[in-house]
Amino acid sequence: MAARSVVLGGGSEGPLSPDATVCGERKGSVVAGTPVIRARGLRKSYGAVEALQGIDLEVVKGEVFALLGPNGAGKTTTVEILEGHRSRDGGDAEVFGHDPGSNDREFRERIGVVLQTTGIEPYMNVEETVNVFRGYFRHPRSMADILDAVGLGEYRRTMVRKLSGGLQRRLDVGIGLAGDPELLFLDEPTTGFDPAARREAWEMVRNLRSLNKTVFLTTHYMDEAEALADRVAIAVDGSIVRTGTPSELTGAASMTVIRFRLEPGMAPPVDTVPGLVRQDDRFTVEVEEPTRVLFELARWATDEGVELRNLSVSRSSLEDVYLDLVSGVEAP
Amino acid sequence: MNPFILALRQIRYENRAFWRNPPAAFFTVVFPLIFLMIFNVLFGNEEFEVPGGTTTTSTFYVPAIVAFSVISACFTNLAMGVSMARDRGLLKRARSTPLPTWGYLGGRVMHAMLVAFLLVGVVSVMGVTLYGVDIPTNTLPAFLIAVGVGAATFSMLGLALTSIIPNADASPAIVNGVILPLLFISDIFIPMEDAPIWITTAADVFPIRHFSIALRTAFNPFETGAGFEWGHLAVTAAWGLAGLAVAIRFFRWEPRE
Repeated sequence: MAARSVVLGGGSEGPLSPDATVCGERKGSVVAGTPVIRARGLRKSYGAVEALQGIDLEVVKGEVFALLGPNGAGKTTTVEILEGHRSRDGGDAEVFGHDPGSNDREFRERIGVVLQTTGIEPYMNVEETVNVFRGYFRHPRSMADILDAVGLGEYRRTMVRKLSGGLQRRLDVGIGLAGDPELLFLDEPTTGFDPAARREAWEMVRNLRSLNKTVFLTTHYMDEAEALADRVAIAVDGSIVRTGTPSELTGAASMTVIRFRLEPGMAPPVDTVPGLVRQDDRFTVEVEEPTRVLFELARWATDEGVELRNLSVSRSSLEDVYLDLVSGVEAP
Repeated sequence: MNPFILALRQIRYENRAFWRNPPAAFFTVVFPLIFLMIFNVLFGNEEFEVPGGTTTTSTFYVPAIVAFSVISACFTNLAMGVSMARDRGLLKRARSTPLPTWGYLGGRVMHAMLVAFLLVGVVSVMGVTLYGVDIPTNTLPAFLIAVGVGAATFSMLGLALTSIIPNADASPAIVNGVILPLLFISDIFIPMEDAPIWITTAADVFPIRHFSIALRTAFNPFETGAGFEWGHLAVTAAWGLAGLAVAIRFFRWEPRE
């Protein structure tokens, strides 16, 4: 909660803060609740490649949880271990108190899985496809509810192979809902979508929230995690490097960056502005109190009679932090 | 959930998917019928010696194509169909649900066996009406049991083969590469009367020749007994059990990357 208040404070300071209304709409940083997924120190190697180097996660009932990371971060490996599709080399995993590796039937009754690649029989129509999967569960969700949730009502008699990629993906999610699961896994639900289709898919995920489902999604789109998730874990190279609500993560990034240039040969104001970073004639400093620092800097410049050329003040966004994290680990 | 209903529902689903996929249905069903017609038109009226007397070559070709039909519907169809479904992610998808493994694969196998029986029926009827062969009533039980043993065996072998098929692109080459040479040395396309001993010896190791001999006996008009070829059926069934063991041990739900 402390980090969250920093964000709001930070947001009010400058016009360059991220969209304030988005922060205001955030569903609150609910971390407490009944845990649905618990993972501790998940490890997995493919040959010499260590895909997971100790993943820790906790997902609570009713939240939309996003595992965010670049390709190769171990997102799919993690989600497939939790779905029971992949074995783990080490660590503990619990989903509804079941070990997903045991491939327990009771566990399968309670989860819905939407894999990264669509796998639907092309020679069936939408209704037939959903019905086949409904038949596998003891307490299926009603056909009308499913088609409604994924917006495929008008396509119920359309052959799968005639559906566009976006509609097939929706059917995929519809199949995932067939057993009326308490927990739905969505592995990169919008990868390869055009912007309009992505917006629609987001709308659908928000719909799922209103159905009171717990959703575990993976994505490599920062804006997707920000738009959909109550909590986000950022994975890089098989480890979780940050976890928190989007606002908390932005909170970690709430530093303000001041940049300026000086005439070559000018002595920089290192005493006035501690932490100044120099690159040729360009200077950068990250500060928590931009108003005060800017004031001191401006007073120094006026006193010395120098011009702060190319002066800029900006807030580092979640995207900056994400990219920093990602590139920082890729090129150590 | 009632396993019987589950299996029935899965068979119905496989059946629908099968007939709506024209290439799969065509190659599985129409291929054997084309072979039946071509061989009978070209060679059907030559004299052919069977235990107990002389008849026409059609008496050779009809049971041979019955064997080929079973192999086409079970071995080829399953090996290609399952590797295709695996590439499309259908297997992984089914595995994400509470449907037990035996429910999914059992449905596929039983459907393949039903197609085999259907095809065998069509081939037999064509053989009797068009090419003048007959299935003596005394051998009918032997005939049906042979078809059943063969269908189960070649289904298991088809499933087993999917474990060495890396992806669907490779599956036609691997499946045909395995089955075509065996069909040629196993008395299916050509009666191997004067074949070198090493060829017949090789053929005797594999199940196809044993299976086709069991069928041929059932079609022999001079057969006076029940026509059971228990020895040949046992070899065939042994291959089926081996296939089942390989499938259980090495079956993969995802394409190899």
